[in-house]
Amino acid sequence: MSHWIILPVVLPAMIAPIIGFMMRHDIVLARVTSTVGSALLLAISLVLVSMAMDGTTHIYRLGDWPAPFGIVLVLDRLSALMVLLTSVLAFMVLLHAMATGWDDRGRHFHALFQFQLMGICGAFLTGDIFNLFVFFEILLIASYGLMIHSGGRDRMRAGLQYVVMNLAGSTLFLFALGTLYASTGTLNIADLAAKIPDIPADEAGLVRVAAMLLMIVFAVKAALFPVQFWLPATYANAPAPVAALFAIMTKVGAYAILRIHTVVFGPGVAGTEGMIDAWLFPAALVTIALGAFGVLGAKRLMSLISFSVIGSMGTLLVAVAAFSPIATTAALYYMVHSTFAAACLFLIADLVVSRRDGDSLTPSAATVQNGLFAAIFFAAAIAMAGMPPLSGFLGKLLVLDALRDPGVIGWAWTAILVGSLLTIVGFARAGSALFWKSTAVEAPITETAETAAPNFATPAQVTPVMLTLAVLVALSVFAGPVAGYLEQTSVQLFDRSGYISAVLAPGGEG
Amino acid sequence: MELLVASAIGTMTAGGVYLLLRLRTFPVILGLALLSYAVNVFIFSSGRLAIDMSPILSKYGEASYTDPLPQALVLTAIVISFGMTAVLVMVSLGAFLEADTDSIDIDQTETDEDVAK
Repeated sequence: MSHWIILPVVLPAMIAPIIGFMMRHDIVLARVTSTVGSALLLAISLVLVSMAMDGTTHIYRLGDWPAPFGIVLVLDRLSALMVLLTSVLAFMVLLHAMATGWDDRGRHFHALFQFQLMGICGAFLTGDIFNLFVFFEILLIASYGLMIHSGGRDRMRAGLQYVVMNLAGSTLFLFALGTLYASTGTLNIADLAAKIPDIPADEAGLVRVAAMLLMIVFAVKAALFPVQFWLPATYANAPAPVAALFAIMTKVGAYAILRIHTVVFGPGVAGTEGMIDAWLFPAALVTIALGAFGVLGAKRLMSLISFSVIGSMGTLLVAVAAFSPIATTAALYYMVHSTFAAACLFLIADLVVSRRDGDSLTPSAATVQNGLFAAIFFAAAIAMAGMPPLSGFLGKLLVLDALRDPGVIGWAWTAILVGSLLTIVGFARAGSALFWKSTAVEAPITETAETAAPNFATPAQVTPVMLTLAVLVALSVFAGPVAGYLEQTSVQLFDRSGYISAVLAPGGEG
Repeated sequence: MELLVASAIGTMTAGGVYLLLRLRTFPVILGLALLSYAVNVFIFSSGRLAIDMSPILSKYGEASYTDPLPQALVLTAIVISFGMTAVLVMVSLGAFLEADTDSIDIDQTETDEDVAK
């Protein structure tokens, strides 16, 4: 049995308490430990990807109990990809948080950060749906702490809303799990996938209820209409590096929909056939529209970016709703892209906002490095809006290409294309207000302005933003190989019998 | 007994949802606590209700047993919801001390004015 699979969970779980208890007063030591931990996680996830590359589904039995009785961790191409995505993003966000000093503006940033990584990696790796709930709670409880990191009136109140919203979501998750267990007698994902197709359609009422409840829970995480309303307040008020890390949190919801509603309630299951996509598709379309209108109407930079995240989740879920291998390939590509695009926007926004008077979209005195910031913001904005040459264009192109069915094409193409146009207009307006008109505003001569040295961004502060941009560039340059890997990923995801037999194999590869 | 358990779950859920929709933090916390009680009983009953049966396989003869898994699940759920309620109380206390109000919704016009200043 290969122990590599459990390491992304165990490593942060060991590092976090050590930082929390032993280095709570020493920020330098905490920074070094946290960086080493994140670098190790990155190395581990590269090993996991190389393990999953050959297409086998690796199983790790916790406590060595065979599958339907014990909890298993499952590593296939999809979970390896998601863990890699998490660790790369986390490393860049950590560099930014340390360079800008965000981690020193409150207590326990690094401990919470590691616990957050533990929860996210665990949620991607687990093969048991109750265990998924537990990892959701771990990542949520860490995110509550990160969200209200460094405090402040608006942040605390937005954080309270975020906590209440997610606690209600967790309760709903438990109701769904109870219903699912009552009707099938198992909570192992592979075992569920093996049992649910045998339930005849007219007796599957409870299973349908459970599938729909799970859909709502994951929709809360993925910020899908009509449960998207927590996201703008949360992301706009969270510390910027935390908001950048939260770019992966919405993807956890999208991953859970992909995993559960493809493997368990997937195509060909009599009881739930056609029910999920019938709801998911229109909801995703409305989400795109909401995101686009929000970008157009936002008065603050941070909420503008938050709404663009909602719009990108809509585009992603429109592709997911097709539940076909081709559309899933497009969705996965767009998922990787939109994670880094959102992170890049939040990080550059942090550099800009911390050097001006608040983050409202009104002209105020230009920052010292106006040109550099404007160039980075421009690149990140065209990536998010889906303009060539960056990967957003390729991602949207793949999504559009995959949605060619006669019943789908009209709605999907209209929503995505008009949504992109509105997003471009919104970003253009924001960029010109922030960077262009600002050059015309004279800096108010105050005592602080005279005494304070010009607030240059150090190379260490700009590097993480550049790294996220570099990932976006690499994603478009190497789009062919990446899409090849993702294509095999979605083929593996839709191979339900392969997943079931790998997980439930009596003695097999462990 | 089924009627009793089912109506108890239903009543607690209804009360929890009602309290969850209130505007002040204290009723909302109570509502979430009620909801978590309801869901705990619900999970417990998802393994079928049984009287006088242990959740252990007996090696002496054919004694019937009840499903142990929901009991393990509900234990996990209780611990998690207990911890989450504690976190929620601390966060709402922090928000109350910072903002001097325990209203749960963010007054949008107020924050916009703050931004404009």
